[in-house]
Amino acid sequence: MELRKTYFADERRDDLKEIGQSRPRSDAFGHVTARTAFFADRTFPGTLHLKMVRSPHHHARIRAIDTSEAERHPGVVRVLTAKDVPHNLYTVLSLIQVGPEDEHVLAEEKVRWKGEAVVAVLAETPRAAFEGVAKVRIDYEPLPAVLDMEAALAPGAPLVNERHGGNYYHYDSGSSRKVRLGDVEDGFRQADHILEQTYASAPIEHAPTETTGCIVVPEGNERFTCYTNTQAMFFTLDNASIILQMPGHKLHMVGGTVGGGFGGKVDVIVEPIAILGSKLTGRPVSFIYGREEEMQISSPRAAERIVLKDGVTRDGRIVARQVHCYVDAGAYSRHSPYGTQKGAAHFPGPYTIPNVSIDSFCVYTNRTPSSAMRGFGVTIGDFALEVQMDKLARLIGMDPIEFRLINAYRDGDLKAHRQPTEGAALIECMQEASRVTNWPIADRFFELSSRTRRD
Amino acid sequence: MAKVAIRFLLNGSEKAEFVESGTTLLDVLREKLADFSPKGGCLQGTCGACSVLVDGEIRLACLTLAETCEGCTIETAGGLAKDGVLHPLQIAFADGFATQCGFCTGGMIVASKALLDRNPAPSREDVIEAISGNVCRCTGYEPIIGAVLAAARANSTNKA
Repeated sequence: MELRKTYFADERRDDLKEIGQSRPRSDAFGHVTARTAFFADRTFPGTLHLKMVRSPHHHARIRAIDTSEAERHPGVVRVLTAKDVPHNLYTVLSLIQVGPEDEHVLAEEKVRWKGEAVVAVLAETPRAAFEGVAKVRIDYEPLPAVLDMEAALAPGAPLVNERHGGNYYHYDSGSSRKVRLGDVEDGFRQADHILEQTYASAPIEHAPTETTGCIVVPEGNERFTCYTNTQAMFFTLDNASIILQMPGHKLHMVGGTVGGGFGGKVDVIVEPIAILGSKLTGRPVSFIYGREEEMQISSPRAAERIVLKDGVTRDGRIVARQVHCYVDAGAYSRHSPYGTQKGAAHFPGPYTIPNVSIDSFCVYTNRTPSSAMRGFGVTIGDFALEVQMDKLARLIGMDPIEFRLINAYRDGDLKAHRQPTEGAALIECMQEASRVTNWPIADRFFELSSRTRRD
Repeated sequence: MAKVAIRFLLNGSEKAEFVESGTTLLDVLREKLADFSPKGGCLQGTCGACSVLVDGEIRLACLTLAETCEGCTIETAGGLAKDGVLHPLQIAFADGFATQCGFCTGGMIVASKALLDRNPAPSREDVIEAISGNVCRCTGYEPIIGAVLAAARANSTNKA
């Protein structure tokens, strides 16, 4: 590994000695000896197994739920429905003022996606729990469903989630998170070329090898220990406390090594209902997703549709960028309003463009709720932006790296969301990438610097 | 449900249990014998995290009925280090950054041991084939392949 010390030489501390050195991982010994303890690597006598009755419909009214046969089934200890949940309504991020609460722990009156949890069955063995699930009778009245963002936003579309009043999240800026800089229409008039393209992505499942789950143990005195593989310990503690209407000191959350998360274990889905089951039975409760649940029920990365319209001059300056981004939240918010907002701040990408207009919509459909996954809100946007940059370069017959160097942000440039750029190094990264790959760029592009103000 | 008596050798020590007929080897190892080194990642024979050796052959513990292991010798990842001394595969996995979250690691090492036991000098293709039933979702396959090849080289150097 070679360190290039010529970049930012005046800012460089030369007493840093770790980069370029190989250090063992702190958890490697536990991993290779298979002694690392994951949440499920413990047993408690008398543990009950929780399995969920799930909606077979994308959208339906619940007419009636009959749990009597399931309750009589040998091995079934307790059956839970919405009326058993003290505060049966939540949004993961309500504690950081992302609201309104829009999702039930166990469905009430309606189901809004295929797979939504309706009834929880607690039994002595996994087999008895599965059998109990099969004996719950639910009478549904199927309703028209919207499975596409354009259909969801069309006039007269079925309403997915009554708590939002429309099929999109209401930001304080209205139906979308808006970012405005300069005058984008004026920018288009200055442009020699205008390119409008639509980019789309499908949902992506994290598919961790260890499925989502928790084991809850009653500790007496109405106190519970919850062993969980959550990636969001404090969201879990706070939301469980609200949903169960129990003070936080009654809930002892124990985390540890997560067997692959990638953002898929931040939604606080299994813990509240498992703690409730333990409270109502006085027994340890294990609620662990099967592989099919992990793939079909756990929230994926959102599908996105991004419409980019750029105005570019013949000599390579992007003078206007208009973005319409649609993020498919599925039936409930989870982390999507936040991801959508993050995306709005992230567009126009690491480029300085004088005229920018961004509208990012968080759209509700009758699909599996989407949520966090590795750079959610920006990853698909970066794909769209960088493909667009290549297309723009081709359009004006310019080298794609030179085109990016011309537009790259520099220290002091005002970003579209009004933050000045600090610590930019994009120009230097591209210069070095060109050098090591022998990508031919003109000499004058090696004279550029992130520290030099744009003319 | 009827219980059956089973006995087997687990990592060198004799075990005897009464288990319900139909219980998987994975459940017996984890829930009765507290050997948590095989993991249940799918419980349908697709992820390889529960890989163990039964009489030297690689088996998926989640699809193996415990009663079929009567009298067998079973090795798990948890028993690979002897008296605190790591197996060359364990050293190579640690040195080669072949672990990330660690959930697949035990199964990977067991599958690799099955390979090296029958083929001490495997090719890269042999290694890929040997771990093809083990899913690493952190996608560290390249360092894992490298670690298995490094362990094989270390073994041959030690014997030379």
